[in-house]
Amino acid sequence: MKTTNKRILTGNKAMAEAIAQEMERDSDVFVLGEDVGKYGGIFGSTQGLIDQFGSDRIIDTPISETAFIGAAIGAAADGMRPIAELMFVDFFGVCMDQIYNHMAKIPYMSGGNVKLPMVLMTAVGGGYSDAAQHSQTLYATFAHIPGMKVVAPSTPHDLKGMMTSAIRDDNPVLFMFHKSLQGLGWMDQLDVSVGDVPEESYTVSLDKANVVREGKDVTIVGVQMMTHYAVEAAEKLADEGIDAEVIDLRSLAPIDKETIIESVQKTHRLLVVDEDYLSYGLTAEISAIVAESALYDLEAPVRRLAIPDVPIPYSRPLEKYVIPSTESIIKEIRSLMEQ
Amino acid sequence: MTISKEKLLWMYETMYKIRYYEDSMVEAYSEGKKPVFNIGAGTVPGEMHLATGQEPAAVGICAHLTKDDTVTAPHRPHHHAIAKGIDLDRMTAEIFGKETGLGKGKGGHMHLFDPNVKFSCGGIVAAGIPQAVGAALVAKQKKKDWVAVAFIGEGAANAGAFHESLNLASLWKLPLIIVVENNSYGISVPKESSTSISSNDKRAAAYEHAEGYYVKDNDPLEMYKTSEQAVERARRGEGPSIIEIETYRYLGHFQGDPELYRDKEEVPSLREKDPIERLKQQFVSEGIASEEEISDLESNGKNEVDKAYHFARESAYPRTEAALEDLYC
Repeated sequence: MKTTNKRILTGNKAMAEAIAQEMERDSDVFVLGEDVGKYGGIFGSTQGLIDQFGSDRIIDTPISETAFIGAAIGAAADGMRPIAELMFVDFFGVCMDQIYNHMAKIPYMSGGNVKLPMVLMTAVGGGYSDAAQHSQTLYATFAHIPGMKVVAPSTPHDLKGMMTSAIRDDNPVLFMFHKSLQGLGWMDQLDVSVGDVPEESYTVSLDKANVVREGKDVTIVGVQMMTHYAVEAAEKLADEGIDAEVIDLRSLAPIDKETIIESVQKTHRLLVVDEDYLSYGLTAEISAIVAESALYDLEAPVRRLAIPDVPIPYSRPLEKYVIPSTESIIKEIRSLMEQ
Repeated sequence: MTISKEKLLWMYETMYKIRYYEDSMVEAYSEGKKPVFNIGAGTVPGEMHLATGQEPAAVGICAHLTKDDTVTAPHRPHHHAIAKGIDLDRMTAEIFGKETGLGKGKGGHMHLFDPNVKFSCGGIVAAGIPQAVGAALVAKQKKKDWVAVAFIGEGAANAGAFHESLNLASLWKLPLIIVVENNSYGISVPKESSTSISSNDKRAAAYEHAEGYYVKDNDPLEMYKTSEQAVERARRGEGPSIIEIETYRYLGHFQGDPELYRDKEEVPSLREKDPIERLKQQFVSEGIASEEEISDLESNGKNEVDKAYHFARESAYPRTEAALEDLYC
């Protein structure tokens, strides 16, 4: 039987491994947040770290997001490299001032005089009936604000490599990890939430999109779960003779315009899929980028799929209805190809 | 407790320098805003919150700090900045919006950052406290005897960030000192109408390892002595402190404030108790410093301030495209 030399990890273990390796190489790196200690992070991002580094460097905090995210900013300004965890991105409402008025603005307002080498990691996404206050991605809410890098890796490989890059980056990085892609035993077991992760430390760029499936007929752009649904849709559409290219955006700010434009110039059709609200969001931004730079390359109007501007409902059939899926992508692409 | 002559003279000179700096700013700020006040016009545009009268709060504690200690300040930050030893030329250039400013003209008077002396300030009430907690956490992590001082107005003690920060600093026994400058008003609202406690130092009782101190009558020497206790406590790793100081705001919340909320007699009566004048009289009556020594201190302060304003005025505005720089490093 053929054997391969793959090392398979879940998303959460890939993240935790990146943090552990960076904490080993740099004593200025530490983690603080709610339940990051013995619990290992509600979504496993710090699993096992307290055993290795102790409670002085893996610090459980009270439910005081303003205080501990502000403290991370103060510690970063004073030369350390903190990683703070906002348990659910939905909780940003209680601490957004520290994030958008301070973390994102101090480096600029200081004329580059102050650096904030910090990571704010946070869990995003729905699909498991956690309702409107625990299911959002809010990609655009953060990517809209200048001054921080905003990334959203989709695979265990990228979770590790981009976390390593984020920790080493001298800019504040908002690191969004998708709950469904952590490979947790108590959620749907998705094949894409486990993957090949090299043991040695490596980096993945924080500003490059990834063409995860090449195709010539239509471009589908998404991030995290939407990328995975798009790939699944593309495989099924291939049976119908539609050859879709899928772009995993990976980084929301800065955004890799070039990869999107090049793809549209090749395929002449675009669908943008987003697990965030439709209006004023990622789908509009990417549509505008293409309209500005490649409008005449399009053979049909741009299509968008996203949460239809309602809070995310609780009941399973309602939630399934509002979050884009493999099926809704297939339907949209079929319709787009007829134009 | 006796205070060394060196410290006394430093406090006087620094208070005098701050006062002269703010008086000079009143003039600079009014340039181009007459006869009709337009906040966006003139040599120095935007909001301007001056600290005239509040000097004791800043010098009394900064006299105990070194450049390794952190200070965060709010929207009324000039006295803290000067007492902490900020680069005065570059601070003034920043306020004038010039390319030589600390933030290359991107911050202005509410957003001054000088990492060389670990000074920062910001325009959001109470937001500097958690950041000072972070600096205090660094001191603990690195096993240094550094302290972090967060200056706030009395209105900020009603904000969530104040209480979240105190809980965290007390829980972790961090070297944090919150200096509450009680100037009686949150913009226009008197403290009695906003705050359900007579003085904010009492709030320390709510936190296991926190200590509260009250300094009355805007007294720089009392502020010095009280701060010494809080700073030493912090350096020994015994936890955070709150110092509330009764201070006076001679000017409006900002320049251009019609001040309809207070009696016209209030400020003149406050000025009669001016802390700089009182200290000067004490120096003379107790023979601490001669008129000549005092005059020299005042000249030093004035010269430094005049030089800073000159530097700011002579500096160039930034290239317009510089607006697009410094987003990422």
